[in-house]
Amino acid sequence: MADARYAIELKGISKSFGPVQANKDIHIAVPKGTIHGIIGENGAGKSTLMSILYGFYRADSGEIFINGKATTIPDSQSAIRAGIGMVFQHFKLVQNFTVLENVVLGAEEGALLAGSLAKARKVLTDLSREYELDVDPDAVIEDLSVGHQQRVEILKALYRQADILILDEPTGVLTPAEADHLFRILKGLRDQGKTIILITHKLREIMETTDNVSVMRRGTMVDTVKTAETSPEQLAELMVGRKVLLEVEKKPALLGRTVLKVEDLRVVDEHGVERLKGVSFEIRSGEILGIAGVAGNGQSELLEALGGIARATGKVTLNGADLPLSGKGADGRSRRAAGIAHVPEDRQALGLIMDFTAWENVAFGYHDAPEYQKNSLFMDNDALRADTERKMATFDVRPPIPTLAAKSFSGGNQQKIVVAREIERNPDLLLVGQPTRGVDIGAIEFIHKQIVALRDQGKAILLVSVELDEIRSLSDRIAVMFDGRIMGFRDPETTDERDLGLMMAGMAGTGEAA
Amino acid sequence: MDYATLLQILDSTIRLATPLLFACLAGLYSERAGIFDIGLEGKMLMAAMSSASVAFLTGSVWAGLMAGILASMLMAGIHGVASITFRGNQLISGVALNFVASGITVLVAQRLFGQGGRTPPLEGEARFNPITLPFAEELQGVPILGPLYYEVISGHSLLVYIAVLTVPLTWWILFRTRFGLRLRAVGENPAAVDTAGISVVGLRFAAVAITGILCGLAGAYMATALQAGFGREMTAGRGYIALAALIFAKWRPVAALWACLLFGFFQALALRPDVVQAVVQVKIPVPFLDALPYVLTVLVLAGFVGKAIPPRAGGEPYVKER
Repeated sequence: MADARYAIELKGISKSFGPVQANKDIHIAVPKGTIHGIIGENGAGKSTLMSILYGFYRADSGEIFINGKATTIPDSQSAIRAGIGMVFQHFKLVQNFTVLENVVLGAEEGALLAGSLAKARKVLTDLSREYELDVDPDAVIEDLSVGHQQRVEILKALYRQADILILDEPTGVLTPAEADHLFRILKGLRDQGKTIILITHKLREIMETTDNVSVMRRGTMVDTVKTAETSPEQLAELMVGRKVLLEVEKKPALLGRTVLKVEDLRVVDEHGVERLKGVSFEIRSGEILGIAGVAGNGQSELLEALGGIARATGKVTLNGADLPLSGKGADGRSRRAAGIAHVPEDRQALGLIMDFTAWENVAFGYHDAPEYQKNSLFMDNDALRADTERKMATFDVRPPIPTLAAKSFSGGNQQKIVVAREIERNPDLLLVGQPTRGVDIGAIEFIHKQIVALRDQGKAILLVSVELDEIRSLSDRIAVMFDGRIMGFRDPETTDERDLGLMMAGMAGTGEAA
Repeated sequence: MDYATLLQILDSTIRLATPLLFACLAGLYSERAGIFDIGLEGKMLMAAMSSASVAFLTGSVWAGLMAGILASMLMAGIHGVASITFRGNQLISGVALNFVASGITVLVAQRLFGQGGRTPPLEGEARFNPITLPFAEELQGVPILGPLYYEVISGHSLLVYIAVLTVPLTWWILFRTRFGLRLRAVGENPAAVDTAGISVVGLRFAAVAITGILCGLAGAYMATALQAGFGREMTAGRGYIALAALIFAKWRPVAALWACLLFGFFQALALRPDVVQAVVQVKIPVPFLDALPYVLTVLVLAGFVGKAIPPRAGGEPYVKER
């Protein structure tokens, strides 16, 4: 029997898309007034389950109980009526509307707007006071920070009187401070009796904010545990189905000759703003130099200048030879020929063509490699597909089907395809940006291992990441960037998060070399 | 140039701007909802032929107007099914419908009347005739303003005044009503509309239907008011000029009025090259005047006159994602 103590109770939910079973006989009970975490790797079925709850899909079988009452949710309107609010990973806001207009959209009081807007303004004022959800109702969305846009999404749900709030990967786009604020808001909402479902793959968030946590793996619900009675290691094991190393294992660095030498590198963007303001550093063979910093402080421009995508000034040498920074020879193709591989920060925009197949994507940048040519006119696509199949096996890309479009793979597997393409070319220097953004734990572990293996072969690696944990565990040396400059270098063994955090905020940079 | 000539040119400006304005506002509803419509021209042409034919056969301009609107809405419906229901390419659908209209109008008119694809000339009740506004005659003697009122403001057909009134009405609908809010939202981010539990398809069809009505008015005006009957390709690219005006006006209704008046003014000038030559002292080729709307639009698109940002979801079929 259904139990009214639960805000949501799902019994035996199953959903298939063709031959793929996304959800298999899912049972879950979420007690009212709690924050309930749902974790699982990408493709574990979390999003499908939530889409069923929000009326985007109908389950093939199973029952949904909301507050103890059997409910069918054929569309989003019914979900809203049942008191479910959803904050999507990619916000569903109209960019050039005001906050007020976005909140009112779809929940208007009558055919004319004036009354609805006035009412919403009043409700919004009350809500912001109650839950620390400060947003200017007349601000236009595109002028707001990502953190504020997310608050608008939460306000939208609350304005529709949602009692159950589902948040899908809410911190992926937030700064640490914004994430902390979000969790304060969520705890406030819970204390007022709302039920929160938090979907994330970040174990730390689960441990810090949730009351209970359910773990999904390959379409099934593996277990539901009390957060206080579990550990990150146990959760990671439940998610992946085997023991996972959360720490990267690596041997001490064996430093060789200098591979990359950068002197006074500067980049000016298309608006004439100087983004990189004279950066100098060296990377030696067998070394991982990690660039830490809050996103937008020149890291992207650094990668693009070295990768041959952005024009720059200054002096860069690779193995003692000058690299052109503008004009002829300053392009991705020449860089690859020189021995630089590049795993770009935004794999969907720069690393892959999402509508192309995996094997076509594997060819990009290396399509003129001799082993892919049949003769001087035609490419040997069979060889390319066979090579892709081999790479997919080596890098454990799932599913290992070269003819599948890039967009059909989960984020982690997409990243593995890019990493496989770049690393397998045996470069002297690997540029790698945000290698594990939107990537699940199992794949993170794998990608980290590959990067460390490349370093142990005596290659030089420039790692850019906004994840401080990643920088600290992988790097042999850390450089912190702020406002287009390197604030200083640190030894990951001797530095701490506070020290790095201060430098990331532009303070306490002493410029001392580690 | 004397005052009387200026008034004459302004008078033609208004008459020539009217079909542009109807078509421009038609495009505005569609494009604000995220459906690009390059088929304004075809809808106008269908409406012109249908309204002229029915007006001639029944002798009633009102029956003609209804027929024009229905024909245009039929075309709009096809565009809607192709681009909304079946998520086809909106440009291809629009271009295809323009070709269909170009051929079928002549074919039908030829079948009906056998006059080389024209309709017979319309007379009396089968046409929209000029209306004299109150006091126009009496005030004619007032210096400057009197003739302006009599020549330029008064003496147009009913549809001209309807077109002008459609501008504030459109503004009010877009920015003051629930429908307008949703319409603008679906052209910017249909996912936001969908997740709010509103039908994207329904909204877009509503917008396309309004486009059909307004294009119907534009075409009927061409055949039953501006001219007295339908002729082959009589819209002469006005659907495209209206699209140019829409971009020039940055998809805003009041700006659309000014853009259409400006483009109408160019068309009026093109009819009077003698006046242009007298004013600028250089002979300006008529094709240059004809091209001016397009030149201005290119300048706007190139970013010389502010920035024209189209509705963000424009041209893209909405596919629900997980």
